[in-house]
Amino acid sequence: MGDKITVHDPRGFPPKVTGKRLANRLERLDGKVVYLIDCLFENSDNFMVQLGQWFAEHLPSVSTRIIKPRECWIDDPDMRATIAAQGNAAIIGVGL
Amino acid sequence: MGLALALERQGIPTVPVSTHVFARLAKATALAEGMPTARNVFVPQPVVGRSPAELRTYIEGIDPISKRPFMQGVIEGLTRPLGAEDFKDASFERNIPRLLEPEREDNLQELFIRNSWTDFLPIILPTEERVERMLKGTKHARDKIVGRLQPTAYRESWEFDVEKVAVNAVMAGARPEYLPVILAMAASGISARSSSTNSFATISLVNGPIRNEIGMNSGIGALGPYNHANATLGRAYGLLSQNLQGGSVPGDTYLGTFGNFLNYSACFPEAEERSPWSPFHVDEGYRANESTVSIFFGGWYTQSGYGPRETWKEKFIRCLTADHFSPPLIVMDPLVARGFVDLGFTKRSLIEWCAENAKLSARDYWDDQWVGTLLRPLAVAGIEPYASRLKAAPDQLVNLFTPDDIKIVVTGGETQAAFKMFAGRLQKPAPGNFLGGTAINIIDEWR
Repeated sequence: MGDKITVHDPRGFPPKVTGKRLANRLERLDGKVVYLIDCLFENSDNFMVQLGQWFAEHLPSVSTRIIKPRECWIDDPDMRATIAAQGNAAIIGVGL
Repeated sequence: MGLALALERQGIPTVPVSTHVFARLAKATALAEGMPTARNVFVPQPVVGRSPAELRTYIEGIDPISKRPFMQGVIEGLTRPLGAEDFKDASFERNIPRLLEPEREDNLQELFIRNSWTDFLPIILPTEERVERMLKGTKHARDKIVGRLQPTAYRESWEFDVEKVAVNAVMAGARPEYLPVILAMAASGISARSSSTNSFATISLVNGPIRNEIGMNSGIGALGPYNHANATLGRAYGLLSQNLQGGSVPGDTYLGTFGNFLNYSACFPEAEERSPWSPFHVDEGYRANESTVSIFFGGWYTQSGYGPRETWKEKFIRCLTADHFSPPLIVMDPLVARGFVDLGFTKRSLIEWCAENAKLSARDYWDDQWVGTLLRPLAVAGIEPYASRLKAAPDQLVNLFTPDDIKIVVTGGETQAAFKMFAGRLQKPAPGNFLGGTAINIIDEWR
C-alpha cells in the first residue's frame, strides 16, 4: 500500500467550449411582442397561459403570443424563425 | 435550455424558466454552451399537477433561487443591458490528462470515489500494465475514436477512444476477451447513465458466438450476479457511460428521482441453443454467426409470471399494460417459450397477439405524464399511430404498442417456467426518439 503507482484517468474528452454572446436586450418591453414558448412539459401550457394573463393585467402594452415546438426536447428551426421574424423576445418553460 | 440559447444566438433575448431543482443543471448547460450568463429564472418544483391558480402564485411569487420576485427576474432578463460579465469571453478548454499523478493505491481509490468515477463498489485501479493487458482484447489502435456519449439529448457530448474504454473495462473487473463487447456497447452512442428524471436504465443482450467464447451464462441465474462475464460487462457499460460522457453526478449530470438498481449491471446472453425460436439478432436481420449486443432502454418496471397457464392471456394483458410508454422486453425461460410453441405460437404471432391485446382507454393512455409530454405533440402533428390514439373517444380502447415495439428473448435455467417483462425499448430512429444512438451493435467489428 505504501508504493506510489500510476493509473489512467477514466474520463473522456470534453468538447472545446466556444463562448457566445447573449442577444442585445430590449430597452423596454412596451409595444413589443414576447413569445411565450410552451416547451411541452406537462402543465407548461397552463403556466404560459397564466404568464400571458399576468402580462395582460400588469403590462398590457406588451403583446404576448403562445407558441409550441413540434416536439419536446428537439430543436424546431421553423418555430425559431417565426419568433425571429415576428417577435422581439421570448420566455421558454417550464423545463430545460 | 438549448432552444433558449439557440434563440439568443439568433438575436432574440430569451429567458428560460425552470423549476428550482434544475438550477445546477441549467447553469452547467449554459456554461457548456458558452453562454454562462444566460438569464435563467426559476419557479418552485413541481409545476406538474398544479392548478392554474397555483401556477399564478408561482408567477406572482419569489424565485426560489434568486430570492427576488419571479417577474422582476423575467423582465430584467429581457431588458437589463448586457454588462461586463456578458462580454467576457466564455470560451474554454478542458484537458483531461491521460495519466494521473502517481499516488498510493489507497489514496487513488479514495480519489476515484471523491471524483464520482465509480459506482461506489470497489474498482480495479486502471494501472498502465492492466490497461495494456486489456487492450490486447482488440486489434484496434488505442487512439481510435470509438464514439461519443452524452447524459441526454440537450447536454454536451464527450468523445472517447479505445484506450479510454479499456480503462473503464479494467475498473469494472472485465477480462481482455470481453473488450470487443464493451467497445460495441460504448460505440452505440446510448448512455447507460441517462440523466433523465425518469431513472432509466439500459439492459444489454448479447447474441451470437461470443456468448460461449467468453463464457457468459444463459442458464440458472442468467440475470443475476452468477457469472463473471455477465456481471462485469454490464458494470463496464455503466462505468464507461458515466466517465466518458462527462459524469453522472446527482444534481449536475444525473436527475433520476429514484435511481435504478439495474444501473449497477444488467447484461445477459440469449439461450440460443435451448430456444425453440430463432435468436433475437437473427430476427433483427443479423446472421446467426455474427455476435451482437442489443441495448434496451427503460428499466422502469419488472413484471413476472408463469406460463403459459390457463389464464395466461389475462396475466399477459395485466403485465403488458403495466406502463403506458415503455414497451416490454419479454424474457422467457425456455420452458415458457416451448409452452407457447405447444399452444401453436411462433415468436412473431405471440408478439402480434401482445400488440393487439395491450390496450388502455384513451383517457388512461393520454393521462400518462410521459406519453403526454413526448407523444402528444407527435399525435397533434398527425404522426401515426399516435394521431389515431388521440382521435379516440375517452373510453375507447387504444393499442399501446405496435408489434415492432415488443421483443421476446429466451434465457434461463429451466428450473421454473417463468417469464419476466422489463420496460425495454429498442431505440430506433423514429419520431419521439430524442436519444439517438444505435440499439444493435456488431461486436465482431471491435475484435
